[in-house]
Amino acid sequence: MGVTTVLPRTTAARPFSVFGFSSAQAVAFLLLLAAIVLAPFGIYPVFLMKVLCFALFACAFNLLIGFVGLLSFGHAAYFGMGSYVTAWTAKTWGLTPEIAILLGGLTGGLLGCVFGALAIRRQGLYFAMITLALAQMNYFFCLQAPFTGGEDGIQQVPRGNLFGLISLRSDMAMYVVVAVVFLVFFLLIHRVVHSPFGQVLKAIRENEPRATSLGYRTDDYKLIAFVLSTFIAGIAGGTKALVFGIATLTDVNYAMSGEVVLMNLLGGMGTIFGPVIGAGIIQWTENALAGAGAWVTVTQGVIFVACVLMFRRGVVGEIAALIKRPL
Amino acid sequence: MVATPTIPRRALLTAAAAASLARPARAQAGTVRIGVLNDQSGVYRDISGPTSVACVRQAVEDGAHGFPVEVLVGDHQNKPDIGASIARQWIDRDGVDMIIDVANSGVALAINGVCREKDRVYINSTGATADLTGPACAATTVHWTYDTWMLAHSTGAAMVQAGGDSWFFITADYAFGTALERDTTAFVKQAGGKVLGSVRHPFPGNTDYSSFLLQAQSSRAKVVGICNAGTDTVNTIKQAAEFGLTRSGVKLAGLLVFLNDVHALGLEAAQGLVLTESFYWDLNDRTRAFTKRVLPKTGGVHPAMSHAGCYAGARHYLKAVADMGVAAAKQGGAATVVRMKAMPTDDDAFGAGTIRADGRKVHPVYLFEVKKPGESKAPWDYYKLIATTPAEQAFRPLGEGGCPLVPA
Repeated sequence: MGVTTVLPRTTAARPFSVFGFSSAQAVAFLLLLAAIVLAPFGIYPVFLMKVLCFALFACAFNLLIGFVGLLSFGHAAYFGMGSYVTAWTAKTWGLTPEIAILLGGLTGGLLGCVFGALAIRRQGLYFAMITLALAQMNYFFCLQAPFTGGEDGIQQVPRGNLFGLISLRSDMAMYVVVAVVFLVFFLLIHRVVHSPFGQVLKAIRENEPRATSLGYRTDDYKLIAFVLSTFIAGIAGGTKALVFGIATLTDVNYAMSGEVVLMNLLGGMGTIFGPVIGAGIIQWTENALAGAGAWVTVTQGVIFVACVLMFRRGVVGEIAALIKRPL
Repeated sequence: MVATPTIPRRALLTAAAAASLARPARAQAGTVRIGVLNDQSGVYRDISGPTSVACVRQAVEDGAHGFPVEVLVGDHQNKPDIGASIARQWIDRDGVDMIIDVANSGVALAINGVCREKDRVYINSTGATADLTGPACAATTVHWTYDTWMLAHSTGAAMVQAGGDSWFFITADYAFGTALERDTTAFVKQAGGKVLGSVRHPFPGNTDYSSFLLQAQSSRAKVVGICNAGTDTVNTIKQAAEFGLTRSGVKLAGLLVFLNDVHALGLEAAQGLVLTESFYWDLNDRTRAFTKRVLPKTGGVHPAMSHAGCYAGARHYLKAVADMGVAAAKQGGAATVVRMKAMPTDDDAFGAGTIRADGRKVHPVYLFEVKKPGESKAPWDYYKLIATTPAEQAFRPLGEGGCPLVPA
């Protein structure tokens, strides 16, 4: 599928490996960790929380496109439904944030189970089109269903108290929760990718008939990866709903599905850190250019074209190629 | 896949990132900061956008307040989360005291929540939802120009009184459209008119209205109510003109149409259309004087009611701040709104008026008909007045909104 250039060399002799991280990855992870800890003292925390939510969403998407080679064009459905369910349960039932987010994730996973079972029967473009079609159906459902509040969305969602004890009203408290959620699932994705299960996924990406001939039931593997990805997308959506206290149609719109593809492309799909960087760049342009009107979409378009023409492997992918190590 | 200069590019990106993340230097503490938050790039650009900003700047110029005023501009891109994060950033980091305009009901409700939480003033002009003075009302919010109740009431009831007593609706099939149809139907029936039928069109993405228009035509209703918004409305009106619906004597009633939509449509297509606004530039000497002052700032675009509401809202806010003192106004938004409600309003755009306990600004509301091309004598000479609803009847009665701020 053309992404073979940055295959991790885990099968060779391992000079260094902690938690599946190579030395370069360990350095990158420490940098990321330091950035997450230090950034809120210099940068506006609500903006950072938004970046982390989208970074998690992009990582979930990357699990499919980067490591199984499945281009799902409807990931907004799982992100958005996660966000709606978290917002609704937190507001109407008064559930604590951790349970509400978990329910959001489970909704994403459940939806992914149904949509995935249908979509993985086809490959390539057809797979992408089926996921897009199902996501559009989900969009119309959200537009009409009474519980989503139509185009007004679910507003004034309380952040609540973590475990019923710690108030998340302050931005810093919420930031710690978002950072922990992000890190847990980021490491989970990393672990999955570097497990034997992950090796099978990569085998499917490289040559599905060969994986089948080796005795792997590829459909089962693809479905499990799909559900895992949609579950994490739901978690990301739910977390975002609590950060801003709203869940709206923006989250289920096809534009959101496109945005997550752009984040991956820009950061570098098939790399562990790429989606995080990609999400940061996209969110930063949306934020920095908010006063410049139409220039947001124009700039994103230019970035996209520049990325495809000049650094096709994405920012992190190019760096990885430069230092000749997978990141 | 050429390994060309990656490092300079990276360095460039880093430098750009560092430059944008650096905090803007704060001006002196006595400055009052107004944030105009609206759609600068999408479907609502014409009815809010740069013209709203020009109107707020005009309001700042028109008064001698004795304190510096700074105007910030933000584009919410019609996404509530982007709008909410800009608002939070403005309040937390840039010291913004008041947020104004906010087209798009979803974003407006989000900003309403942020301003209530942070105790800052929110003056809504372009957001349509009547919930802002109903269940979602806040002590920090003033809803200035119009709302869905007022539009449905004026267009529905006043139209029946003007002779349009049988109706057919073409409605966008989602919450906004169906709510508008429901409200208008109630007012039409209340005023003694009857509704002959209605048809729902898919939303979003519908472009062909021919079958709906034919159904409307065969119902023989005198008025066709258009319960959709933006480009949907423009397409419906254009195609109705192509089908000769308006020339055959049927009146089109647009429930959410602004002066700028009529300008975009052109009089040829829009003639005969009936619509409601609470401001028109050519209404009286004061509105003409205001328009003359603001035109150099808008590049010749005449303000619609949504823009005029930004002018009037900012003007009244600044008067209240001058009255209570900058330091007191910066203390809290709710206290400033209390003062705004206590003072009678008076400005060139809406004349004299008041703000009710639920945050609803009340003023007269006008039913207009779009002129035929031959009747229009000058550019932007588009409307003729059909009916006026007096201020005390124009908006939802105070007790019916379900606003917790209203004592039972």
